[in-house]
Amino acid sequence: MKVTLRILRNNDSTSHESVYKDYPVEVEPTDRILDALQYITWNVDGTLGYRRSCAHGVCGSDAMRINGRERLACKVLFQDVVDEKRWVREPGKKATQVDEENTGDDIVIAIEPLMHLPVQRDLMVNQTKFFENFRAVKPWIVPKEEPGEKEYVQSEEEHVLFDEATKCINCAACYSACPILDENPDFIGPSALVHAARFVRDSRDKGLSERLEALDQPNGLWACTNQFECTKVCPRDIKITKLINLTKRELTKYRASRGESVNDGK
Amino acid sequence: MRPHRGTTFIEMIYEFDAVIVGGGGAGLYAALEASKSAKTAVVSKLYPMRSHTGAAQGGIGAALGNIDEDKPEWHAFDTVKGGDYLVDQNAAKILADEAVKAVYDLEHRGLPFSRTDKGLISQRRFGGHTSEFGKAAVRRACHAADRTGHMILQTLYQQCIKNDVEFYNEFQVVDVIMNGTTCTGVIAFELATGELHIFKAKAVMFATGGFGRMFRITSNAHAYTGDGPAILARAGVPMEDMEFFQFHPTGIRSMGILITEGVRGEGGILKNGKGERFMEEYAPTLLDLAPRDMISRAIVTEILAGRGARGDGKIDDYVWLDATHLGRETIEKKIPDIQDFCKTYLAIDPVESAMPVQPTAHYAMGGIPTDVDGRVVNTKEAYSGLYAAGECACVSVHGANRLGTNSLVDLIVYGRRAGSHIAEYVKSASAPVVSDDAAEAARERIARIHENRGKGGGNPGEMYKRMQETMMKNVGVYRDEESMKLALSDMQAMREEFSTVSGQDETADFNAEILSLLELENLIDLGVLTAASALNRKESRGAHSRRDYPDRNDDDWLKHTMASMDDKGSVTIDYKPVDLSIWEPKPRVY
Ligand SMILES: Cc1cc2nc3c(=O)[nH]c(=O)nc-3n(C[C@H](O)[C@H](O)[C@H](O)COP(=O)(O)OP(=O)(O)OC[C@H]3O[C@@H](n4cnc5c(N)ncnc54)[C@H](O)[C@@H]3O)c2cc1C
Ligand code: SF4
Ligand code: FES
Repeated sequence: MKVTLRILRNNDSTSHESVYKDYPVEVEPTDRILDALQYITWNVDGTLGYRRSCAHGVCGSDAMRINGRERLACKVLFQDVVDEKRWVREPGKKATQVDEENTGDDIVIAIEPLMHLPVQRDLMVNQTKFFENFRAVKPWIVPKEEPGEKEYVQSEEEHVLFDEATKCINCAACYSACPILDENPDFIGPSALVHAARFVRDSRDKGLSERLEALDQPNGLWACTNQFECTKVCPRDIKITKLINLTKRELTKYRASRGESVNDGK
Repeated sequence: MRPHRGTTFIEMIYEFDAVIVGGGGAGLYAALEASKSAKTAVVSKLYPMRSHTGAAQGGIGAALGNIDEDKPEWHAFDTVKGGDYLVDQNAAKILADEAVKAVYDLEHRGLPFSRTDKGLISQRRFGGHTSEFGKAAVRRACHAADRTGHMILQTLYQQCIKNDVEFYNEFQVVDVIMNGTTCTGVIAFELATGELHIFKAKAVMFATGGFGRMFRITSNAHAYTGDGPAILARAGVPMEDMEFFQFHPTGIRSMGILITEGVRGEGGILKNGKGERFMEEYAPTLLDLAPRDMISRAIVTEILAGRGARGDGKIDDYVWLDATHLGRETIEKKIPDIQDFCKTYLAIDPVESAMPVQPTAHYAMGGIPTDVDGRVVNTKEAYSGLYAAGECACVSVHGANRLGTNSLVDLIVYGRRAGSHIAEYVKSASAPVVSDDAAEAARERIARIHENRGKGGGNPGEMYKRMQETMMKNVGVYRDEESMKLALSDMQAMREEFSTVSGQDETADFNAEILSLLELENLIDLGVLTAASALNRKESRGAHSRRDYPDRNDDDWLKHTMASMDDKGSVTIDYKPVDLSIWEPKPRVY
């Protein structure tokens, strides 16, 4: 089938302005969006910039907005989106779908870079801030006790408590979709909180006490107001908002047990 | 954004004790080890977290014996036999012995393994893993659901940031600096600026992963372009056993995305178009858990005999991998990502329907020859200050066919060994000497691509396709004299043609196109070496199956290929003996 990829490009050495450019391509319904991008760079326009590697949704390189929704280009097939209405989001609000003038036989699919991170070129964004926030939660194990010769014993029930959070591939889809970040760029963002939850909930780890600085502050856990946009876009199906709420609850309990109150800035 | 300056020039000269090229499992582990005492940098073309180690699914093998009785010795034997006796046996012994400690170490560093009822690391069956030297299948594959590699990569990266390892991300190494047989650094292209930098180092380690992108159907990442081996081959280092490339039996039909052997480890069954469990014919004891080369051949044989799913006897037909009898709970708990892939790419749920699969180019057994300390060697001597580990290296622990779960072990065991050897070596090595024009050759290669613009040279997109097709068709699961000759001449012609290729992108910053073109050049060079090595070996062994020489021939061919390429792309072949110090070669039946 014939489709047009309408790609928001930013590749002007002087003006740095973003403009939409149309690329008509012939695709199979079962092709990935990434396949079409690859076709374009190798055969039509070598200047198109985007990141990719694994091509099956596990490396986190190619999160972008496809028809206005954050997704991995390698994990969306054309058949998934050709009939779809475009998503739009007013700043600070949830995304909704709108009718567009997608008339006649023309199938147009909009491709745009992630939000909340500065564009480097076309669909490439600068991830420095995103990774800094990741580091801020101390995303490594702080063991409760010294290991013995063999493994730490951990029951499957204990393992399941944090297993889901270990699936994150740091793709930043959630960081782009989060309405809070529209208005508060200092919010640490959903992904970093997922990584925090991964360790806080691990029976082998010292947990909250090590990560208070990043979590227990107005731009940490408490900035989240349960918009659920992150959860909806996560390509790894992580229930991000739920994990954030569980960590909030743990933290409130932790402070209460010490006779302290949380630092939510209120 | 600055326009292209005509010729890229050198911006920076960095100096380290050790430079690790690659931030996947092997590179990160080596960096953790080396950085304990040496000034170390990891230079990686991808953000480390994007490395292909993250794609590994099924497991990491170690004889923990958490469920079934197991011994490192059995693991080593399975490795040797699985590799059709082309494995260096002492290296396999080290691999199996050190695997146990390596897995505990990963767990201590936080790796979230799945657990047994007793709270120990869970283990499952995998192809060719047996107890008592082939008696019965054994549960040896330690796993974190079906994202074991993702968890290894995350855990090692976490440890690296905890330990303040220095990273140069999105720096693509394009050349190596050699002073005779001593390595003194690398040249890297920085994506963000388009500048070339010199990294001087007392020791350099390559850990750049595989090169399956030379084949049309592959489980490998776009970044799997064999940069390390190609750079070293051009610098005169011979490449070992390039003819042995593993085709994994179960890739998603036509896309090549991997369906882990763990599915069969949990009880999944292969069926042909008639619904028959055909592995009963080919491997009566291990059945669907026979080694990969055997199962891939069985699938192709079934397909060509008209017993594929479509039944038309065409090579792109497929067979079924049936896991429906495992039940929803096992699938959701043990192979959740596979379920997700099936839903995303095939619109089916493995709980309800069988998966359409065909062999997919998966793993490079061959590559940069090293000793058991990760030092790069040729047929005569070891190079100084030059190391390699992981998929790009050939120790050789995988021989003619790698066993599932042994690559992840290889990364950890040999990544660590190389890292600690480097830490020792740099203590007494002299400061690296690098001439002012060290980056000249790389600069010229890049300049040529810019200068060719508008001259109507070769079309790289079309060449990429042509390479993948000829390699898939002619150096695939089955090969013969005629097909390999064709592939070799195709690849050599493409090598010629590459000198006329140009890019469209004139800018310096974030010019990913230039890098893709250099990657294509690497693949073409390795394609030449692969086809030439394959054509030369007149026997069938492991993954190298010739229709015209269907049998293994230990008398003439129980030796490693060492293939060197000159400037013109012609290949000369030499050999290296196989270490047979423990087990005597036997026919390989399962
Ligand atoms: C889908 C899939 C599933 C697998 N499952 C398993 C499994 O279950 N068990 C198992 O044992 N094995 C498995 N394997 C094999 C195993 O995952 C790989 O062989 C292994 O992860 C390779 O690790 P590595 O460290 O060598 O390379 P990688 O992890 O690929 O890292 C390569 C690194 O090198 C860098 N690099 C490359 N070129 C350059 C350059 N020019 N300059 C700078 N940096 C460069 C990259 O940025 C990257 O960081 C699987 C492989 C695939 C494809
Ligand atoms: S939580 Fe999900 S959306 Fe966010 S970075 Fe991780 S994988 Fe991506
Ligand atoms: S390319 Fe790896 S997630 Fe899409």
